[in-house]
Amino acid sequence: MPMVEVAGKSIEVDEEGYLTNLADWNQEVADYLAKEEKVDMTDAHWEVVNFLREYYDEYQIAPAVRVLTKAIAKKLGADKGNNKYLYELFPYGPAKQACKIAGLPKPTGCI
Amino acid sequence: MSDMMDDMEGGEGVVKKFMFVNRKAPHGTIYALEALEVVLISAAFDQDVSLVFADDGVYQLIKGVNTKGIEVKDFSKTYRALEGYDIEKLYVDKDSMEARGLTEDDLIVDVTVLDSAAMAALMADQDVVISC
Repeated sequence: MPMVEVAGKSIEVDEEGYLTNLADWNQEVADYLAKEEKVDMTDAHWEVVNFLREYYDEYQIAPAVRVLTKAIAKKLGADKGNNKYLYELFPYGPAKQACKIAGLPKPTGCI
Repeated sequence: MSDMMDDMEGGEGVVKKFMFVNRKAPHGTIYALEALEVVLISAAFDQDVSLVFADDGVYQLIKGVNTKGIEVKDFSKTYRALEGYDIEKLYVDKDSMEARGLTEDDLIVDVTVLDSAAMAALMADQDVVISC
């Protein structure tokens, strides 16, 4: 398994760059993963990343993009729970990119 | 994603009735977890999906699981995410549940409990039945 170096600590990732161990995640790791994805983290990005971590904590899976969009609409409002808003924040796919930054596995049910 | 698929299919695709019959205890074999993953993936294809829990499969839905001692992931919480995937047809075999001293209150999600005659009728009505 590939390793990455974050703040002097070695962290294991899979071949696509997702964290192998959820427990390795912290803010510095998230910043590193965001940089790798060329995402400039703002409060709006963090809101989605934190939402995903809460979702994972509750259901033990990373949601498919359609499910994520719906869940965000329910919790944060329709102005945030839509494809346009989420793809502006994470151009290469909110479920894929935001999940990676959140330290979660690749979403189940995503093609 | 779903918007893209709709465009490709030019609207409504073929919808089949898929039933996944879970008969094994959640841990010890990979069947329960693999079945759950297939179910979550099937949701992406907008099919009519239902899940049945019979025999030891009823244990997959039990509340208050702690898997720390056997060092595997506790995926029982994931059954609660099914609603968000629009998978809301969950059936439990009445005899299997009662034989294990369980009631609906012991289960982590809302289910419909069916006796064997009703279950047989439901199975006969499916296009595809996958036993896990």
